Amino acid sequence: MNLQKTNPALYYTQRVLFYLLVIVITVYLLFPFLWAVLTSFRRAGDLFLPPLQFITAPTTLSNYTQVFANANFQRGLLFSVIVAVVSVLISLLLGSFAAYALGRFKFRGKSMILYIILAVSVFPQIAVLGGLFTLVQATNLFNNPISLIFSYLIFTIPFTVWVLTSFVRDIPGELEEAALVDGASPLQTLFQVLFPVMMPALVTTGLLAFINAWNEYLFALTFTSSNRTVPVVIANYSGASQFDQPWGPIMAASIVVTVPLIILVLVFQRNIVSGLTAGAVKG
Amino acid sequence: MTTNATPTQAAPVRRRGIEAARARQAIWLLLPTLIAIAVVAGYPLYRTFFFSLYEANLTTPGERTFLGLGNFWFTTEEGVPLGFLQDPKWWTAVKNTLLFTVVSVFLETVFGMIIALVVNSAFKGRAFLRTAMLVPWAIPTVVSAQMWAYMYNDSFGLVGRGILGGQALLADVDSAIWAMIAVDVWKTTSFMALLILAGLQSLPSDMYEAADMDGASKWTQFWRMTLPLLRPALLVALVFRSLDALRVFDIMYVMLGANTASSTSMTGYARQALIDNSLLGLGSAVAVAIFLIIMVIVVIYVTAFRVKFD
Repeated sequence: MNLQKTNPALYYTQRVLFYLLVIVITVYLLFPFLWAVLTSFRRAGDLFLPPLQFITAPTTLSNYTQVFANANFQRGLLFSVIVAVVSVLISLLLGSFAAYALGRFKFRGKSMILYIILAVSVFPQIAVLGGLFTLVQATNLFNNPISLIFSYLIFTIPFTVWVLTSFVRDIPGELEEAALVDGASPLQTLFQVLFPVMMPALVTTGLLAFINAWNEYLFALTFTSSNRTVPVVIANYSGASQFDQPWGPIMAASIVVTVPLIILVLVFQRNIVSGLTAGAVKG
Repeated sequence: MTTNATPTQAAPVRRRGIEAARARQAIWLLLPTLIAIAVVAGYPLYRTFFFSLYEANLTTPGERTFLGLGNFWFTTEEGVPLGFLQDPKWWTAVKNTLLFTVVSVFLETVFGMIIALVVNSAFKGRAFLRTAMLVPWAIPTVVSAQMWAYMYNDSFGLVGRGILGGQALLADVDSAIWAMIAVDVWKTTSFMALLILAGLQSLPSDMYEAADMDGASKWTQFWRMTLPLLRPALLVALVFRSLDALRVFDIMYVMLGANTASSTSMTGYARQALIDNSLLGLGSAVAVAIFLIIMVIVVIYVTAFRVKFD
């Protein structure tokens, strides 16, 4: 505590070492992303340059114009938005019904249902891949975004139910009892009394589920052929020839897909941390 | 629930009536979710178990022949081993997945702890670091895979060309698995740090003041107070990360390609059998094995930590 006075040398060494650690951590966390940003603004011919010359090489927007002109990428963005938004909306709706029942009602078999939902949220997607694939084929939904919307429910529903249940439990019971005394039905209570209170929780849960759906790769890769979502487009991004890896445009596409997520995450920082800990730690 | 003594007749009957009504309503509220789970998870899972017992092709699942456990273990009369448990490549995938899981989760926990402790102490720029922590986590997995594939590239990448002097790290399975661990550690350490930080902030600060008064060093405080109190949060985070690591797919598939990914991850092996080779029966059997491995770990976890719901 009084190290600053009793032993200033030791105190300042400690401070310097601490800030050195802070700098190392910051560089470690941010550098790969910043390097990708930098690469996205460099011409293809400059990628060979040694680091210092690479940093000072002329900036160009050509990678971005190339990416946005790419028909696959445009379609990918469109399909990603549709698939992620629709599956998140469905799971928020169903999830809030379930969370209301699980968080507020007492009935037999409740912990059984919670166990099942927890089990679904941890089980590997590969375990349903074959079964879903035959189902997708049998219903003629191959390459149709609907197949992705439904298959994404497998992780968005357990997640929303789980997180929303823990939020519903924290809502004071008086609110709901007052509505019950007034003779409101459970659905009326849910929509008119609990939804307004749950709004922050719904936004947080929806955002986290959206991020998961936006990032999904295995199902998107398997259930579509030309109607790809953005992660698959980025993973398959190829150049003019088979051996040409167009790193500039790949990095530009990556930045385009990532920046909106980073902005959302930074804006909703506090909610996200509480949502993550509710979803992951209150096991 | 209503086993307590009943002073009057009317009140408990009425309450029981309300509870029965509430229970019925609860079922209706849960029904859509249960149906959705049954359709997207239950039925496909049943199909996977079903097809694991058959020889079947993905394009014509109707034409199948019963094999029993032959997909798991089967030797033809000529002595050709056909079950996946007899395939050395499967065991390479299992070995690499376990190595990946143990090493990356261990490193993520250690680095996550260090970062969380740093962010938990007061210093200038703390808010910035807290924000920076979210960046690797917010980046889509496929994007971070491409970013790192570029960094590892032997003619363009900072790591591949610069640090390693043009070695193709990803070309060889044995070195590629370490490259994958490095990517996963970068990507998810901050998630671990967030969870640990949440645990740290729930610890009572007056306890540390008392420890300071008693003259306990920071080091003693960490081992004797912080770590034991943090244990529950830490264990849960650890188990969730391990389950995630065991089903790893994206980074390996994107960075290494379908074939190498099938010997670095169990999921990659299963997908290659199931989709690329169209072996619906064999692939399903592999998927069943992965499912069982993960479920056993979950059950151990639930019983070991005595997780309870109400």
